[in-house]
Amino acid sequence: MGAVKLLFVVQRPPYKSENPRLALTHAIASQTAEIYMDDGDSVVPIIAFVGDGVLNAVKDQQAMKIYGVTSTEDHIKNSLLIDMPVWVCKEDMQRLGLKEDQMITEAEDRGAELRTKFVSFAEIQKEMEAVQHLLFF
Amino acid sequence: MGELTLGVFPSLVGSMSLDFSFKIAEAAVAKGHKVNMWLSGNAVMMAKKGQKAFKDYSHNEKKMKELIGKGMEITVCEACAEARGYHKEDTPEGMKRASMDWYLAKTVKTDRLFHIGGE
Repeated sequence: MGAVKLLFVVQRPPYKSENPRLALTHAIASQTAEIYMDDGDSVVPIIAFVGDGVLNAVKDQQAMKIYGVTSTEDHIKNSLLIDMPVWVCKEDMQRLGLKEDQMITEAEDRGAELRTKFVSFAEIQKEMEAVQHLLFF
Repeated sequence: MGELTLGVFPSLVGSMSLDFSFKIAEAAVAKGHKVNMWLSGNAVMMAKKGQKAFKDYSHNEKKMKELIGKGMEITVCEACAEARGYHKEDTPEGMKRASMDWYLAKTVKTDRLFHIGGE
């Protein structure tokens, strides 16, 4: 079967529901999915934040201080660390008045080389059409 | 025949999406397809044994057991269950518990994936 591409699309805001966290934890679980797969098979996830979901990628989240839980920011940075592409919809950022300097752009402090990609919705849609499976959260 | 995997996330009570998931699964099994179901997020409570049927709430435990008997594979997200105080001994017979990578791995071989999101 080879590599199967999965696109996780997150449209819910953070901390309002469990959905964004479940999207991130499921996507990150791709790292250990091989134990259930045949040799040569793999899953290749991409996570894209659209609509109010772009709020998940706002930096300097204080979830541990306020709620006593790990932040969505932590999960996004871990995604970058494992080289999982993190995409944020530019049009939805504009709609919410968000600039790139307000967003999580990298996780260099953890050793990640990959950076967040700010993309148009058209690019996300193109990926939706290209992947084998689409998972909406 | 094909293979269908359902990723199910809606809550047991308060949403009819879980009922819909079982109706889809039942129809696919009836047509002879192999069906896998992943219960995660609030949907894990579906897999807790000892549920009481009230007419005010939907009740899928009987259907779930029938489908397991017909070969449907149902696996529950272990972390989501433990976080809700639902432990291994509460799991009905025939049902598995696993981490999220089980669901991801199923996407490789399945012909179709229906991801039924939560609230």
